[in-house]
Amino acid sequence: MKKSMTTDNHPETLLSYVGNVSSTSIDYLLELAEDKLNQQITTKTTKKKVFRILVETMQNAQHHLYRPNSAKDDMSVNFQLVRDNLAYTVIAGNPVRNSKIEELKSVIDKLNSMSVGQLRDYYRSRLGQGYTSTVGGAGLGFADIIRKSGKKISYSFKPVNKDYSYFSLQVRVSE
Amino acid sequence: MDDFFLEATAKTPRLYFSKETGEFEISGRSIPENSIEFYKPVINWLDSYITEPNKHTLLVIKLEYFNTSSSKCLVEILRRLESLRNQSIVKVKWCYEEEDEDMQESGEDFKEIIKVPIEMVLVREN
Repeated sequence: MKKSMTTDNHPETLLSYVGNVSSTSIDYLLELAEDKLNQQITTKTTKKKVFRILVETMQNAQHHLYRPNSAKDDMSVNFQLVRDNLAYTVIAGNPVRNSKIEELKSVIDKLNSMSVGQLRDYYRSRLGQGYTSTVGGAGLGFADIIRKSGKKISYSFKPVNKDYSYFSLQVRVSE
Repeated sequence: MDDFFLEATAKTPRLYFSKETGEFEISGRSIPENSIEFYKPVINWLDSYITEPNKHTLLVIKLEYFNTSSSKCLVEILRRLESLRNQSIVKVKWCYEEEDEDMQESGEDFKEIIKVPIEMVLVREN
C-alpha cells in the first residue's frame, strides 16, 4: 500500500540500523530500504538518488571502518533513512581511526566548498585515473554523494578513546 | 576464443561479451563491494580480445545503478576499447531512462574522459 505524504514536517524513520556491518547486513538493509522507498509517493528520480546515496554511504562505511582490536570497543555502524515532507536524510556512522580524521575532514571540506563545475571536473579527473589510483579511495564516493544530492555533507567526529572516534555523516536529498 | 557470459544478480550486472559478433553488453545493477574482483575476469577477457579484435566492436551499457568502485572498472573496460581504435570500429551506447538524470550525467562524465564515441541513448519506459 502506498503511504501518503506527510502534511506536517514530522520526520518519519524509514530505516534505522545499529549493529555489525557485513556484506549480508548491507544487502539486507539495501533491500529493505528499496522496499521502503518503493512505498513512498515520490518521483523515480528521487528514489534512485536516495538509493544510490545509501549504497555509497553504506559501502563507504564498510570499507573505511576501523575495527578495534579490543572486543570491549564498540565497532557498530549506524545507518538511518529519514523522511520529512521536504527531503530524505541519509545518516551513516562508523568508527574511524583518529589518525584518519584530519584527512577525512580535509577531503570533505574541500569537496563541500566546490562549485558544481569544480566538483564535476574533480570527479571526472579522479574517475579518469581508473582503479590504478590507490590514493584517497573515499574521495570519489564523497564527491558522488555531493553531486547526486546537490547538498553539502554534514559530518562530525565524536572521540571515543585515544585510538578511534565515531564518524557520522548526514546528507539530504530534496524532493 | 570463447564468449564471456555472466548472468545478472541483485548486485551485479549481466555481462555478455561475444567474440563471434563483437557485441558486448553490461546491464542491470553494478553495486558489488569488491568491483575489481568482479570485473577482473571480463577485463582479462578483453585483454585477449584486443590482441585479435573483430572489425566492429559495440559495447552497450544499460545500467540501473552502479557504485563508484564499479565506475572505475567501467573506465578500465572503456580504456581497453580506446586502445582498439586503429584495429576495430568501436562504438559505445550509453542507455539511460527518461527520468534518470544521474545516469545521463554519468554517461556525460564517461564521454568526457574516454576517447571512443559514446552515443547517449534515451530509453523510454513502456
